[in-house]
Amino acid sequence: MAHYEFDMPVSEAQARTLRVNDTVTLNTTLYGIRDATYIALFDKGRTTRFDLSGQAVIHTAPNVKKVPISAEFPAGYAPVCIGTTTSDRMERFTRQLMSQMGVRFIIGKGGMREGSLAAFRELGGAYLAIVGGTAALETTWVEQIEDVDLDDLNPESLWKFRIRGFGPLLVAMDSHGQSLYDVVQANVASKRAAALARLGVSE
Amino acid sequence: MKLNIEAVEEAAKALYIQALKSLPPDIKDGFQRLQKTETDSTAKSMLATMVTNIKVAEDTNNLLCQDTGIPIYNVSIGSGVEFDGAALKAALVRGCTRATQEHPLRSSVVHPLTRKNQHTSCGEGVPVIHVDFSDSVETVEIEMIPKGSGSENNSFLRMAIPAEGIAAIKRFVVDCVIAAGGKTCPPTIVGVGVGGTSDLCVHLAKKAATRPLGSHCSDPDGAALEVELAEAVNMLGVGPQGLGGDSTAFAVHIELAATHITMNPVAVNMQCHSARRARATITPAGVEYGY
Repeated sequence: MAHYEFDMPVSEAQARTLRVNDTVTLNTTLYGIRDATYIALFDKGRTTRFDLSGQAVIHTAPNVKKVPISAEFPAGYAPVCIGTTTSDRMERFTRQLMSQMGVRFIIGKGGMREGSLAAFRELGGAYLAIVGGTAALETTWVEQIEDVDLDDLNPESLWKFRIRGFGPLLVAMDSHGQSLYDVVQANVASKRAAALARLGVSE
Repeated sequence: MKLNIEAVEEAAKALYIQALKSLPPDIKDGFQRLQKTETDSTAKSMLATMVTNIKVAEDTNNLLCQDTGIPIYNVSIGSGVEFDGAALKAALVRGCTRATQEHPLRSSVVHPLTRKNQHTSCGEGVPVIHVDFSDSVETVEIEMIPKGSGSENNSFLRMAIPAEGIAAIKRFVVDCVIAAGGKTCPPTIVGVGVGGTSDLCVHLAKKAATRPLGSHCSDPDGAALEVELAEAVNMLGVGPQGLGGDSTAFAVHIELAATHITMNPVAVNMQCHSARRARATITPAGVEYGY
């Protein structure tokens, strides 16, 4: 179990150094993406002017405040509360996100499934678990909303955040085929019988 | 007492913001209890982060979670209250809209087919408004619940039959907690509806999931089943965020209703660890805010 600090973007080799149970803190840049953004990019064929090669995305739709564009608020948005949504809904987009856009890390909560794990293994990436529901804390790691694209989807726009000390995040799925969610699920399945027995119920 | 509609609108606005920023004391106590009993080191650190977040939200006057949820207003009208029901509902919608635009808050509400967001947190049938009546004299209570989608997406109904007995209820609850895994942002409050019609059963599950920690089902058999089920689901090892540990659920809550001789319905609705709710009590003396 090691701790890593990365300035984004990262190389494939850097992404592959991560192993489950390591922790990571990210700096510089992070992109916000979620359901409607994925659907626009991969089902509706829309494109973005952002270069996501080697970058990290977080599953989010932030609370923001519209403000006049200035040096402090280059996108015309001030962050209000930026947190993380459940990743499982976006499972089918992971491979495209990585192969077409070059994304290396997905930050989310609740975990992803075998398709994502295979993409991390084949293309070199990792799933970094954040503690869901702790958005007030996460917001303190975001310095600025630098830019925004596909903003007609607001709040599900493609957001570009400037971040500092974003973490620690737990490596929960790595490029070596390991997933903490699979370990927990197998463990939970093995305990189901005992829980039902406690309730006096057959399987 | 004549219900002051402006006070209702102000309360609807203030409650939405308060609920998003300040966790009720019973939930904070729930965290303390879990921190004492949790044995897994990853789980311990996640619970600590959740507790830190509650403090950061208070210190920075920020929202606990970015998910502003689907707004729900539960209104209880006491005796001796003169009110215009249509005006009451309209005031709740206005207050909800104003909270969203004036704070501002993320509107998490879209049309179900066009997915268009009006940026008001409102739409057809939303906010969800439930009106009920009580025997409290000259008192109107408004409870506000921003129901987060991570937990709401894990809602389940099973129309079991009498021959399957209580065993079907127990097995269903355990399997729903397993199926939800980390997606519901555990530790959760597992709300279980038992009996009624299909729609009433699901409504009861939501009512159970959003009840304060430490409250019990008013039916003694239901209350006993709550304890039994809480022990069982916390044996599963789902843990905080579905990453393993003892703290899968703060509690299991049951609400029940009579049902048909041929029916044995059970529903599960979960509340995430950011178990937000706020309450305004309107009396002739004014408006008092709490949980």
